[in-house]
Amino acid sequence: MSIKVVKPGLLTTIQDLGRQGHQQEGVIVSGAMDTFAMRIANLLVSNPENTATLEATLQGPTLYFEQDQLIALTGADMAASINGKPVRMWRPLLVRGGSTLTFKTAREGCRCYIAVSGGMNVPKVMGSAATYLRAGFGGYHGRALQADDVIHCRKYNETDAAALSARLSDEAIGEWFAQPNWTLEPQPYMVYEEQPVIRAMRGIEYELFDETSQEGFWQHIFQVTPQSDRMGYRLLGQMLQLQEPKELLSSAVTFGTVQVPPQGMPIILMADHQTTGGYPRIAQVIAADLPKLAQVQPGKNIQFKEVSLQEANAFYLKQEMDLEQLKSAISLKLNTT
Amino acid sequence: MNRKELLPIQLFPLGEKAVLLQFEEEVSEHTHAKIQAVARYLDLHPTPGMIEYVPAYTTLTVYYDPWLLSEKGKIDPYDKIVTMLQEVLSKAKEQKTDKRTPVEIPVCYGGDFGPDLQEVAEYNNLSTENVIELHSKNTYLVHMIGFAPGFPYLGGMDKRIATPRKKEPRTMIPKGSVGIAGEQTGIYPIETPGGWQLIGRTPLVLFDPEREQPSLLKAGDQVKFVPVSEKEFQKQVKQYEH
Repeated sequence: MSIKVVKPGLLTTIQDLGRQGHQQEGVIVSGAMDTFAMRIANLLVSNPENTATLEATLQGPTLYFEQDQLIALTGADMAASINGKPVRMWRPLLVRGGSTLTFKTAREGCRCYIAVSGGMNVPKVMGSAATYLRAGFGGYHGRALQADDVIHCRKYNETDAAALSARLSDEAIGEWFAQPNWTLEPQPYMVYEEQPVIRAMRGIEYELFDETSQEGFWQHIFQVTPQSDRMGYRLLGQMLQLQEPKELLSSAVTFGTVQVPPQGMPIILMADHQTTGGYPRIAQVIAADLPKLAQVQPGKNIQFKEVSLQEANAFYLKQEMDLEQLKSAISLKLNTT
Repeated sequence: MNRKELLPIQLFPLGEKAVLLQFEEEVSEHTHAKIQAVARYLDLHPTPGMIEYVPAYTTLTVYYDPWLLSEKGKIDPYDKIVTMLQEVLSKAKEQKTDKRTPVEIPVCYGGDFGPDLQEVAEYNNLSTENVIELHSKNTYLVHMIGFAPGFPYLGGMDKRIATPRKKEPRTMIPKGSVGIAGEQTGIYPIETPGGWQLIGRTPLVLFDPEREQPSLLKAGDQVKFVPVSEKEFQKQVKQYEH
């Protein structure tokens, strides 16, 4: 079973939930930018949540399926179609062997996830299949997909997936694909707004910034500039300054840390962030809003809203509970459709 | 180490999934030893819900799984991790850390391998021989690994060879390059852009994801640079290729 890359798209990489446990060796966590969409994609095809998926950015790839394959598409809407016929996202999709999946540029959101039932056959490096672009390992030979790459897939052995495939296969006679007709209750994390509000907590060095910067950070709108990528979102907006210049010693930074280099324009560290940094941390985007942030297209605006750690924890736990519910709902649907 | 010395440690949340422990404000071997004691204790006592830690100059950051620690949303995960860390800190004071023998890093100084050796010498009014001698004389301490996989932040360099970063960073620095930036010295484990003054190169492989311990160095290690000839460098490069 394999998938052939006809066109790679703008930046398509293999990502799981990241490489944990090696940050003390300077090895970044990496992994999917929008872990919410990525986990749902896996659940829709009966995969464990941490199974490696494809993450497509802004312009999706063109993929040729050699054999029948059960897949799911979640995240950004890139007008996916199979042999020219539009397909639905956020539900399972049986693709017939010999068909081609194409995407256009993202209408909403920035990153689309493609999960394959059974997963892709890529080696785990240091415990993870996530692509580490800068160090050149993990994922597909440590790099983004290129034309003519062939991704080998594992045969699915989950009974749910096998049974669903068999049922869809009966419906797909004479068609290039088949999908069940149910849909997921949309969660707020599946809707991508034009100018999202991103909730954040005060960062460890928040108090070092002058009053104008502290207030301005919450009041002003920031643009996610085109120089933004998987490592960090470079923002443009209100200049942020310390009360007095201060050299900091490097220490840990994480996904969602908002740091401010001396020129005064903040950077939000994203999935491919370095393990340590030495710039003052004005804020920390809450974990529950990282999926939303991951879907903001470069060039769009965001606004920050202050919340406390207690609130942030509550939002995060709520999101995990919602996901548990979605998990049971999906499992039920996979068994009954 | 007594309890009193552990008390001034401050805890800061770094988001909902990590806590940063601030030991002191200043870099010192004493601070480093305290951080290492906690790190060693965590190595020996893995706890469910604690994922990993990142030691730095004056801090140690512990990553945790809030969903697991909250017992799926029943209790506050931050309160829980703080309680757990307080216990770790009180027990870690007894933790012995082993004295490690210095790791020898062979370096071929100057020439194509160290294109900035002359600049470092001129900046400090020294001969290139003096620079090599001063750089390879001291034993260095690995305070932390960061910036790139396996990149050691080394403490203990002789201030007489301190040199500011290049005005224009290089777009690509070969792996194994040994550099100076201000009062710091370090080694580039992978090819990357960078602004450090390059004085030499080591044939050692500092980072290999396929190795059991991918990073050659870890925080707490001691390091000594050993000057080698270009011939010896090439011989060792061949050796590591096999």
